Amino acid sequence: MNPNYKLPGAQDSYSFGFLDEFAKREIRRVILKAISIPGYQTPYASREMPMGRGFGTGGLQLTLAMIGPDDTLKVIDQGSDDSVNAVNLRKFAELTCPGVSTTESTAGASLIQTRHRVPETALREDLQVPYPDPLVIVEPSEARRKVMHGEGDYARLLTKLYEDLVQFDEITISHRYPTRINGHYVIDPSPIPRYDVPRLHHAKALMLFGAGREKKIYAVPPYTDAEPLVFDDIPFRTENFNTSDGKRRACARCGATDSFLDELNLEEGGKAWQCSDTDYCNRQLAGANAREVTP
Amino acid sequence: MKPILDVQGLTRIHGTECPSCLDMTGPEHNTNVCPACGSIVAAANVSFSLQPGEILGIMGESGSGKSTVVKTLYFDQAPSRGKACFQDDTRTHDLFELNGAEQRWLRNHRFGMVYQNPNLGLNFSISAGGNIAERLLMNDLNHYGDIRRRASELLTRTDVMVGRMDESPRQFSGGMQQRVQIAKALATRPPLLFLDEVTTGLDLSVQARILDLILEIQHELDTAMIVVTHDLGVIRLLASRTLVMKHGRVIESGLTDQILEDPQHAYTQQLVASTL
Repeated sequence: MNPNYKLPGAQDSYSFGFLDEFAKREIRRVILKAISIPGYQTPYASREMPMGRGFGTGGLQLTLAMIGPDDTLKVIDQGSDDSVNAVNLRKFAELTCPGVSTTESTAGASLIQTRHRVPETALREDLQVPYPDPLVIVEPSEARRKVMHGEGDYARLLTKLYEDLVQFDEITISHRYPTRINGHYVIDPSPIPRYDVPRLHHAKALMLFGAGREKKIYAVPPYTDAEPLVFDDIPFRTENFNTSDGKRRACARCGATDSFLDELNLEEGGKAWQCSDTDYCNRQLAGANAREVTP
Repeated sequence: MKPILDVQGLTRIHGTECPSCLDMTGPEHNTNVCPACGSIVAAANVSFSLQPGEILGIMGESGSGKSTVVKTLYFDQAPSRGKACFQDDTRTHDLFELNGAEQRWLRNHRFGMVYQNPNLGLNFSISAGGNIAERLLMNDLNHYGDIRRRASELLTRTDVMVGRMDESPRQFSGGMQQRVQIAKALATRPPLLFLDEVTTGLDLSVQARILDLILEIQHELDTAMIVVTHDLGVIRLLASRTLVMKHGRVIESGLTDQILEDPQHAYTQQLVASTL
């Protein structure tokens, strides 16, 4: 985004947060409904945003509907504060919401819009993205999917897991793992890795998921059950980041052994593993430096 | 003993119905298309009852409405009129008064269906075992080991090689696909099973094995069945009582032996004479 870019016309011809007040009110109402029925995909009139659908428009609309001038916003994409998409979303919020401050620190944010990860640090509030419906892989008709959701009929989704186990001895869903919320609706927690799924369970934060393309908003309220769909005798497994001899890999940058790692191909060949959450990595690094300095 | 299924006046008309639909169609008019409005009377005033563990045959030529009867009872189609009561242990369900969710529940938990075309009854994009697993999962069996065990039991029971349970049914022969379908239908030990032309299109030796299997299952599990066929041999072997249908009407009903040895209606006489 051009740093010198200004909104056309008088600044005050745009309402705070780009969306008009009616749009914001509708989205807020839908959010309340989504929270009241945990995991239910509440339809809403997704507005055209000045960015492509599927690039976080749903989350952006949630953000803009909820944000106020005294909020501090953090935007991450794949865990990183510096990816193009995250930077653009953040700048868009700065441009259209005068008074809002932005931050890269998870702890310092009052509102976090994330794509594809749940931050390592425990949260207060959160947003998410694209494919809302986990049944889409087994049932193409949305009308029939709605009936299946209503009746809590997820047998065909479990059949898919069964087929995976038969063929690969392992459930092959790496991200977007179907998760049952509050004992009924199964949601697609958008492309977060399996590693983050247990963080939804009884989370302290309200998690809102907005799919701009599919025009759906859904929520995982705080302190709500969120159980990944599994068989009784096959426990849920997350990514383990172990080396072949069973040792947990550490982040090449900060040395953390308790975070989700990205695998990087190095220019000189070979591979390195590094925290996907850049804020967490930076704070680990700062903490380690501080410890080294103090004695 | 209370019948497990009691059907009264089941009627299914396709098209814009008019008052003369029922009067101007049927065997005596030799058509099931209403001359006044062009509606098709697929089935009209079909009534029968089925005892627990009994096999009832429905016989008739193509387009006589026999499959329509079974499809409405299995909720594949909605009837235009009629009443059907299903006795589930102590509860009686009025089938066509139930809401969609209750109908699907009964369909998944209490009924089984074997179609003539395995394409309708099986999902070819998943394995044979997966097809059975799907039905078990619908019945809230959520233990992978148990599902595997039960699926291989069922496939063994229906003479499908257990070694092939993880293959797609697409790679199976027609007879094997039909046996997988039967295994799938039996997965929940349903008290009521619908068999729609199960042996049509299979060669004679395979037909014989499938019919044997059906009889064995009926003895073992005491499953009530409705067998739809145009094959008199199948009726003779399986059914204790039979309905004969033509142009959407039941033209004759009674004990199978009686119907085959001493047919009363002209059409039944023709049917029996033409095969023997």
